[in-house]
Amino acid sequence: MATAVATLREEIQSRLGVVLRTKPAEAETLATVAGAIPRGAMTEIVGPASSGRTAALYSVLAAATAGQEFCALLDAQDRFDPLSAAAAGVRLSQLLWVRCNGNVEHALKAADMLANGGGFGVIAIDLADAPESAVHRVPLAAWFRLRRGVENTRTALVVLERSAHARSCSAVKIELKRARAVWRGLMPGGLLERFECGGHWIHNHQPRAVEFRVIR
Amino acid sequence: MFACIHAPGNLPLLVECAGHFSPLIEETSPDTVVFDVRGLQRIHGDPEQIADAIRRRIGIKEAAVAIARNPDAAVHAARGFHGVTVNACLDSLPLHLLRGSPDFARNMDAWGIRTFGELAALPPLGIAARLGDEGVYLQRLATGTVQRQLRLRVDPMEFRDKRELEDSIDLLEPLLLLLSQMLGDVCERLRYHGRATNQIRLRMKLERAEDHTLVLNLPVPTLNTRVMLKLLQLEMNEHAPSAPVEKIFLELEPADPRTTQHGLFLPSGPEPEKLEITLARIRLLVGAENVGAPELLDTHRPDAVRMTALAQAKNSYPPLRPAFALRRFRPAPSAQVWCEDRGKPLRIASSVGSGAILACAGPWSSSGDWWTNAAWSRQEWDVEVQAIGVARISQDVARRRWFVEGSYD
Repeated sequence: MATAVATLREEIQSRLGVVLRTKPAEAETLATVAGAIPRGAMTEIVGPASSGRTAALYSVLAAATAGQEFCALLDAQDRFDPLSAAAAGVRLSQLLWVRCNGNVEHALKAADMLANGGGFGVIAIDLADAPESAVHRVPLAAWFRLRRGVENTRTALVVLERSAHARSCSAVKIELKRARAVWRGLMPGGLLERFECGGHWIHNHQPRAVEFRVIR
Repeated sequence: MFACIHAPGNLPLLVECAGHFSPLIEETSPDTVVFDVRGLQRIHGDPEQIADAIRRRIGIKEAAVAIARNPDAAVHAARGFHGVTVNACLDSLPLHLLRGSPDFARNMDAWGIRTFGELAALPPLGIAARLGDEGVYLQRLATGTVQRQLRLRVDPMEFRDKRELEDSIDLLEPLLLLLSQMLGDVCERLRYHGRATNQIRLRMKLERAEDHTLVLNLPVPTLNTRVMLKLLQLEMNEHAPSAPVEKIFLELEPADPRTTQHGLFLPSGPEPEKLEITLARIRLLVGAENVGAPELLDTHRPDAVRMTALAQAKNSYPPLRPAFALRRFRPAPSAQVWCEDRGKPLRIASSVGSGAILACAGPWSSSGDWWTNAAWSRQEWDVEVQAIGVARISQDVARRRWFVEGSYD
């Protein structure tokens, strides 16, 4: 096959008098509010409570499910709220929700099974409210295994945490800061209007500023 | 050319005998079967030899065998004559064999018509004028000229197998080996009939214990025995028989095979059979009730959701926009909230975090299910606390208790 392609290439070049160049393959990504999420790789979204990390995750899931892909959410602490996810555009019938009831190990095992099974557009692991000590105990080999599971596939692996743990296993880190809550009106009848979120999208140690608004 | 066997009493035997000669069998009545014997000359010879072969096969002395050009003539000959008849003349047969209506029988009796031959000799126009359609049809039956298709007997499609074991099995591996053979046999039958299965029912008779039953619902109709066996293995790992197995009854529910063709440009989803095995493993890990696609229930009750199967969404959805995401605490931790006179919360203390409330909005009142015993009524507030972030707190109005519902993120 390679020989046939090379022969064809030479013939086209000699007949037309042009030089053919190979176009570099572009990595597929999912466009979200917090920046592009690469497929076939691990992305960590980290930040404190009320930093917009869950809203960023929902925008990843919404983008994938809108493209008729199936997604999975491994919910270590049972924090997922389907109502707000649906409001953010996540198509719930295409989302596999696994409630791990506080067991980080189960969440990682289930993610590994799903990654090896294939076919999911996004596999998200929500460790944001898991005890920091439990997430810290996850061996680096487990993160490597997860990364290997999605390599060369169309699956984007997204991990939600308070702080980054996967080190070199993650291709992209999105670090968010505590969002500024904007309130409107006076009590009674006041309203939490929006979050103004910000942080950095980091790839190859090169940070890029990210800003987005989350509205009610 | 059609053959008919008429013998009182034993229809299954007649069907089995007919099945030896032809797959096209009609169960005319509990004592009569008719079947198509066209093409049997090459095997058995002329019609007389075919009739003799049938008679020998049936082995009942009283059985009558008849061969005729059409099914009804064969039936009447078999019912009217003893022994073997081939293309017999029906003229001498009594009229009651036609099984006409009581009116028809009364008229025939009044006219002095007793046999098929006498009825056949009557003018057809006169019969039509006096006896109508029924008379015309019965006269054609009497002349042996009615041509019709056989009303074929359809085998009830039962896809089951059972094994009685000489020695009871108490280990999973040999049991799975046996199940593999049984699944293979039953699936082969399903494949032969162009069907697949979406449910496996397995019943095991145990030694000195109650029967152990497993029912597995498959997400899509399949004939993949490896997938079925793996699912059975995972199910039996969780719900193993409590005693050695003496007998196994396996039944597969037939279903139309899967014929879905996905769009050429749609992303491929997880392979259903493979996904089901993965989900079975995850269910073992976290519990069956914790795995599935969430479905919102039609109620204002908070956190009203149930788990369903994964499916491609059909409904239209609002355009994508980053919206507030609530991280819901389950169960919601109780909190102590200090409020000012007008009810505005000032300070909160809970296991999630404590501190002064920097900003708040509310209250949002809701209630429901007041027509049941599970009535609820609550007031929600959005509050900002340094230690928690922006959170949703609620007060149970009836019990005057506060809870932290979750944090916005």
